[in-house]
Amino acid sequence: MSITGSRGLVPLQGRSEEGAEPPSFFLLLFYLMPSKNDKTEPTLSRREFLIKAGVTGAIATVTGALGVISYSDRPMRRSQETIYTFKRYRVEASTLYPAMVIAHGKDVKKMLQAAFDKLGGLSRFIKPGDRVLIKPNVGWDRQPELAANTNPEVVGAVVAMCLQARASEVWVTDVSINDPYRSFARSGVEAAVLKAGGKVRFTTGDDFLQTDLKGEVLKSWPVCRYFHQVDKLINIPVLKHHSLSRCTLSMKNWYGVLGGSRNRLHQEINLSIADLANAIRPTLTVMDATRVLKRNGPTGGSIADVEIANTIIAGVDEVAIDTYSLRFLDLNVADVPFLSIAQGRGVGSTDIKAINTHELNTD
Amino acid sequence: MIKKYLTLANIRRIYAVFFLALFVLLLLLTDFRRLKGYETSLFLELSPLVSLSTLLTGWGMYKGLVLSLFIIIPTLFFGRFFCSWVCPLGILNQCSARLFTKNRAVDDYRINAYRGIFRLKYYILTSLIVLALMGALQVGLFDPIALLTRSFAVAIYPASNYFTGNLYIKQPRFTGAILIGLIFIVILFANRYLTRLWCRVLCPLGALLGVLSKAALFKVRRNVSKCTDCQRCMRNCHGGCDPQAYLRPHECHLCFNCIEDCPEGALHYGLADAHSSIHAPLDINRRRLIETVAASVILYPVMRSSATASTVASPDVIRPPGAIAEADFLRRCIKCGECMRVCPTNVLQPAMLEGGFEALWTPMLVNRIGYCEHNCILCSHVCPTGALVPLSVERKIGRRPDIPPTKIGTAFYDRGRCLPWAMNTECIVCEEVCPTSPKAIWFQEVQVQLRDGGVRVFKRPFVDTKLCVGCGICENKCPVHDKAAIRVTSIGETRSTTNRMMLRG
Repeated sequence: MSITGSRGLVPLQGRSEEGAEPPSFFLLLFYLMPSKNDKTEPTLSRREFLIKAGVTGAIATVTGALGVISYSDRPMRRSQETIYTFKRYRVEASTLYPAMVIAHGKDVKKMLQAAFDKLGGLSRFIKPGDRVLIKPNVGWDRQPELAANTNPEVVGAVVAMCLQARASEVWVTDVSINDPYRSFARSGVEAAVLKAGGKVRFTTGDDFLQTDLKGEVLKSWPVCRYFHQVDKLINIPVLKHHSLSRCTLSMKNWYGVLGGSRNRLHQEINLSIADLANAIRPTLTVMDATRVLKRNGPTGGSIADVEIANTIIAGVDEVAIDTYSLRFLDLNVADVPFLSIAQGRGVGSTDIKAINTHELNTD
Repeated sequence: MIKKYLTLANIRRIYAVFFLALFVLLLLLTDFRRLKGYETSLFLELSPLVSLSTLLTGWGMYKGLVLSLFIIIPTLFFGRFFCSWVCPLGILNQCSARLFTKNRAVDDYRINAYRGIFRLKYYILTSLIVLALMGALQVGLFDPIALLTRSFAVAIYPASNYFTGNLYIKQPRFTGAILIGLIFIVILFANRYLTRLWCRVLCPLGALLGVLSKAALFKVRRNVSKCTDCQRCMRNCHGGCDPQAYLRPHECHLCFNCIEDCPEGALHYGLADAHSSIHAPLDINRRRLIETVAASVILYPVMRSSATASTVASPDVIRPPGAIAEADFLRRCIKCGECMRVCPTNVLQPAMLEGGFEALWTPMLVNRIGYCEHNCILCSHVCPTGALVPLSVERKIGRRPDIPPTKIGTAFYDRGRCLPWAMNTECIVCEEVCPTSPKAIWFQEVQVQLRDGGVRVFKRPFVDTKLCVGCGICENKCPVHDKAAIRVTSIGETRSTTNRMMLRG
């Protein structure tokens, strides 16, 4: 055994470098002292060796197999996410009933009842046991009087009527721009819905499902998941001003189903609106024109910008409803390109004189 | 039967569970949907250290802070009961000490013995008080209630929401939450090495209460003629206060474990009788004390002569509405994070070094994360120390013509990044979401010659600085995702008389 391999030599070497003689006496002592850590490994029998080698070999084989199975030439290998599409919420069209009913009056419940009766009754649209989703405009943390959100009375009344028509559940949702809790609370919509027996469904960060809108500019977008979990869909927009699209009407209200960075939609606002309207065909549209925000839209914030119009427009032709609604904001079809684009896609008709409409007054 | 279980120590445990639960509950209630006039900052207001130091910096005991007298006055008579009966951090420390360690009796005697290092907390207290006297409030770094509130609001609640998802509508994210959370975890984990290390060695609130309880009438007393020096009393001692010898009343948490553990019945709580032992005096070294004072006095001008948001206006340090002027703000803010807890949009973030070291963990708005909700005034109402003064909605958004709105900054366009200005693309999302009435953001329709020769009209936005309140929703919703094309800086904020640009308004 060579001396260099022993642990006692390290300090001695240091000394010898300094020029001193290696003290052979200590070296001798070192060899005489047995190690205290003198436990020895037991020798393996043939059987033990085979078992140990077998187990290690099996682990090595599995490791190798896992390596081969998990080999990938892509940095991220993930299963494809499910892409959803919107279902058909519409019921069979009928020539017996008008496509749009305009109701004037002061009592919201009477107006809605009269309008739905003219359309053939709510039971024509909602079958017993249906789960109904209502999409009002609750984008902003504003009081009802400021007309930035849908009138809570209208939402509450529609919820109650759906439940009367024996819907199993009525959900109300919106992807608000302001804080959702504040928007639903201060718009009065949450209280109205709860009172009427419906449920408010807040959309949280992971409540979105990737959905194919099959549009010209809108391809695959995250959409609030409740839209894929219901049988019928009722759109209840509020009629108000908007700087870029000139107006926020029923088709523009679909912005509130999207998550993701929907602020990019403004870059092609007319095509976006038409794409959304083409992708989502609701069972029914109820335009809330009880109060109309005429300026500083879509946020408003001043009572001076609000005009009391006491009108509700209900129907199954969104383009016609939006076309009729233009008169409250002193606009023409030519001012709002998305209407003709939507008409071109077959969503509805801008020629409201040619289609079957009905106007009534409940006062 | 009841008498057997209704011992002093068990009564203390009931109080401890109650106060810990109350602390967690009050912080849960600090939320728009649940806030209904509850005293949500109760624990912060009970802390004598918070009220004393803000009294020194602001020369007044602000509103609810007067509640701390409910702790201070009983402490003068009964001793330092706060630490093991009321303080949620003390209770959590005691629980984790129990959880992390399983000691043999012989180790307990070693771990619960008094040590010289326990003096450190008195020097920390001295430094904080001296700094407060000169007008620098750093008590929030060490006050256990502020520390725990901040840890829960910024790290623990968001983390628990990550799994359960039922605490917030969207997962809140805070800058540096990992640091704040880690400090809290380290404090709890330190109990693994020395039971209640934080409370015994570091806590300045414990030190303050220790000083207050020096002359308490009621103390744990040892009957010298009954005591056999068996030292069983040290076994479960919370404070490490030497009950087996000349008990140190300034370290004693009144946990009463010693009284229960004594096999001779030699210990009692109350007034002295004929055989009661004397008590050890407050163990601090005068020389160290003078050194600490001197060091703090030197530290103060060093702190104040550095460039901070209070000495040089910083564009990034946008304070919540209701904040008082920066220099005063730093004299009031204890970094407790109550405002960050209640903020619905997550815009309030604990500052790192944007406002200087003094302003570490104070609230500031980061508009890429959230924005200031126009009609929301919650943060100003939960602030326990008046760093944010309570606003009404009218005072915040203004009412024409007599009440001007509370401005927290001003928005500016970066025309090189703005889509209608630089990319000839329609946008004006900023104008859509602008909450003031009339809107502070307006636009001009401009005819633009395109590259291919065509001509198109674009709406190009501008900010009306007279109307802009600096809420930052424009910056938050701007589709230029990384660095917005419209950004708010602190200039024009109502609270400052110097951070201005316009001669009028």
